[in-house]
Amino acid sequence: MLALTILIAAGCGEPPPQGGDGGGGDSGGGDSGGGNGSETTGETTAQEALKPGEGSLVVYSGRSEELVGPIFEQFEERSGVDVQVRYGDTAELAATILEEGENSPADLFFAQDPGALGALDDEGRLTKLPDDILGKVPSRFKADDGDWVGTSGRARVVAYNTEELEEGDLPDSIFDFTDPKWKGRIGWAPTNGSFQAFVTALRVLEGEDRAQQWLEGIQANDPFVYPDNLSAVEGVASGEVQVAFVNHYYLFQVKEERGDDLPAANYYLEGGDPGALVLAAGAGVLDTAENPEAGQEFLEFALSEEAQQYFADETYEYPLVEGVEINDELPPLSGTQGPEVDLSNLDDLGGTLELLQETGVL
Amino acid sequence: MSSRVTTPAAVGAGRRGAKPRRRPPILLGALAGLVVAAMALPLIYLVVRSLEGGWEPVAEVVLDGDTLAVLGRSALLAGVVTAASVAVSVPLAWLTSRTDLPGRRAWAVLAALPLVIPSYVGGFVLVSVLGPRGMLQGWLEPLGVERLPEIYGFPGAALALTLFSYPYVFLTVRGALRGMDPAMEEAARSLGSGAWETFLRVTLPQLRPGIVAGALLVALYALSDFGVVSILQYESFSNEIYIQYRSAFDRTPAAILALMLVALTVAVLLVEGRTRGRARYHGNAASRPAPRVPLGRWRWPALLFCAAVVLLALAAPVGVLAFWLVRGLAEGEPLRPLWNAAWSSVYASGLAAAVTALAALPVAILSVRFGGRISGFVEKTTYLGYALPGIVLALSLVFFGANYAPWAYQTLGLLVFAYTVHFLPQAVGASRSALLQVRPSVEEAARGLGRGPVRVAATITAPLAGSGVVAGAALVFLTTMKELPATLLLGPTGFETLATRIWGATGDAFFARAAAPALLLIGISAVPLYLLVIRERAK
Repeated sequence: MLALTILIAAGCGEPPPQGGDGGGGDSGGGDSGGGNGSETTGETTAQEALKPGEGSLVVYSGRSEELVGPIFEQFEERSGVDVQVRYGDTAELAATILEEGENSPADLFFAQDPGALGALDDEGRLTKLPDDILGKVPSRFKADDGDWVGTSGRARVVAYNTEELEEGDLPDSIFDFTDPKWKGRIGWAPTNGSFQAFVTALRVLEGEDRAQQWLEGIQANDPFVYPDNLSAVEGVASGEVQVAFVNHYYLFQVKEERGDDLPAANYYLEGGDPGALVLAAGAGVLDTAENPEAGQEFLEFALSEEAQQYFADETYEYPLVEGVEINDELPPLSGTQGPEVDLSNLDDLGGTLELLQETGVL
Repeated sequence: MSSRVTTPAAVGAGRRGAKPRRRPPILLGALAGLVVAAMALPLIYLVVRSLEGGWEPVAEVVLDGDTLAVLGRSALLAGVVTAASVAVSVPLAWLTSRTDLPGRRAWAVLAALPLVIPSYVGGFVLVSVLGPRGMLQGWLEPLGVERLPEIYGFPGAALALTLFSYPYVFLTVRGALRGMDPAMEEAARSLGSGAWETFLRVTLPQLRPGIVAGALLVALYALSDFGVVSILQYESFSNEIYIQYRSAFDRTPAAILALMLVALTVAVLLVEGRTRGRARYHGNAASRPAPRVPLGRWRWPALLFCAAVVLLALAAPVGVLAFWLVRGLAEGEPLRPLWNAAWSSVYASGLAAAVTALAALPVAILSVRFGGRISGFVEKTTYLGYALPGIVLALSLVFFGANYAPWAYQTLGLLVFAYTVHFLPQAVGASRSALLQVRPSVEEAARGLGRGPVRVAATITAPLAGSGVVAGAALVFLTTMKELPATLLLGPTGFETLATRIWGATGDAFFARAAAPALLLIGISAVPLYLLVIRERAK
């Protein structure tokens, strides 16, 4: 520990205070084009696509730098646009944009889940995207009004502990987990946006009563409440619980760190079961954007083959654009899997929250 | 040397000698007024947001039986954590400053260090060690232990919060013990009191302001913390507020809940006002060190006690982080440079420490030297920002910054301002205790000899109370280093600190990537903490 401290003291001299006072420049008003002037123009000449006024793009990203940082870097390189990213929790950033009102410095909001995008859309904070962007993605992965677009897909799965269970032990439907034999063996993360989107889908597909029954049934089985999907997968791997309702890619992230012999696997419910819902991370351009063109340009890039391949290879997500190969660790999202739900129909988060509170889940 | 002045003067009734209370100088009053205005910003925001939909939603939230039950759960948690922190800290402080405990200086540093462990890291580590199928269970498995008892819920949350916040009490009590003139204790002993009786009747009452000051910080921290309660699954009030922000996108209920938390804070402050006591102990600034109490055969249990606390609160988290780091490196995870993030952390925290210590001064001087209702009110308001969950404070400044000060929005300046509003009471508390130990008679003598108030402050008060002010600044530095919500939302775009690096990595299971910045954060924070403890020793 002390050694680290000394290292740090030695390193302090070199780097300039990052952000520092320079931060003033990228705030509030429209000083687009400031910042890395020389560097940007140097690349601009090489990039014919760049139109005047496309100096910088301010992104609020609810997806972490570890996962999407490289995408922004590649875009910056390609386009010559100076990208400034504020990373944070998706919901907190959405709340921030709402608080900022007309003075929001953000051009683009990149969200973990459709819920946050829907919330901004409801407040009229997003603008319609051009058809050539919207056309790249199947209709269920974008807003009905064309105000946001999905960039990568994530499937809801049942993660299970492979030491305690075999795939054959797992039921066909998410509803079977309300059976008392699962008592004390289930983990979930009810504050998680993807989980809530799943509950909304449950309401849309099966009706309010069935959704309520499912929640009450799981509640009766004393589920472990995790703060997020990740801890839920950790809980499965450690045997704290035997199954957890999570998004599919967390397993691979945990494995990347812990090694492949981790005793956990994903189970995909079949036959259009709501438990196999496919969600999307997505993005939209803000109504107050100083530079909406750059935001759209980024979305074009995010839906390019190259970026989609990055999501498939590096973040283990499902590409949403046709012709991109999925990660070979993942089963294909064939037509039989997952219910056909339009993600923009999952906008009644309020109703879901009410139900979650009524049933004592939240 | 025995001229210790123990002045039981009622707060507000001026000092001993029944002199009429002086009016504070206008400049001092104006500065304190500015501080109060800054503190009011989050409150104004909360009121605006709460009333956005009229009174109906307010009544709905406030009168909901569940809401009140959760408020009660939070109060219970804060009460237990505070009591446990005092119970751990007073013996620790006494052992490390008044006895011949072997290695007491090292124990003092080690026992203070858990303060620098962010609660979101500590809570996570605690679960991975003590969880039903955590590391400890792994070690015990050969002995046939299949599952450890649950730590989720109240016991785990209370344990984690105690482990990572007791140092507030430890530091203030240790400061009080070291600043105390041993003359009174000696007098008590020479008049025939036993050691225990002397401790209870003479030492403890003098420690009371220190205990209460530290306990207040712990209690309010326990009310506002979100990291621990979410990881350990305790449905506290702050958790409820976060759930509103995280999933509902409806800021009105969240604001109403936050205002209720403010009300609870005010209640805590009122209790504190009563327990703080009316006694004032003006120490002799040049007091000599107290003689050491030989522990004899109690040495071993004492050592065991210190070791147990340090093991749980410090060695376990650091050990687990080191384990994650090594495991990640073994899996081929590269060590990435952290200099930029580390420098940003130190730079922003250093600025926050300096600004906060300065802002605390007028409040502390007003409160200690002039007393009165208004001074008391000013001092109490500084606690409101501290008691609010970070996200609430951050969003309130997002609102004001973006809409009323766009030129400052997302600049380092506004971020430092947010830190100051958040952590001010830490500096106020430390400065107050320091000022309390400077006898006003010394200042009065200087005034009597013809020096102006500013010169007296610069030449007499500042040197005598200076180290306390620095201690407050150090405390602010340490807590700013680990601050997260305001840093994420209010920092300049692209601003990266060690805390944001840890956050970014843990959100996606990159424990190895989180471990390096977390260890570095703890390492850097240890330096001012070490100096803080050493400074006390040199006194």
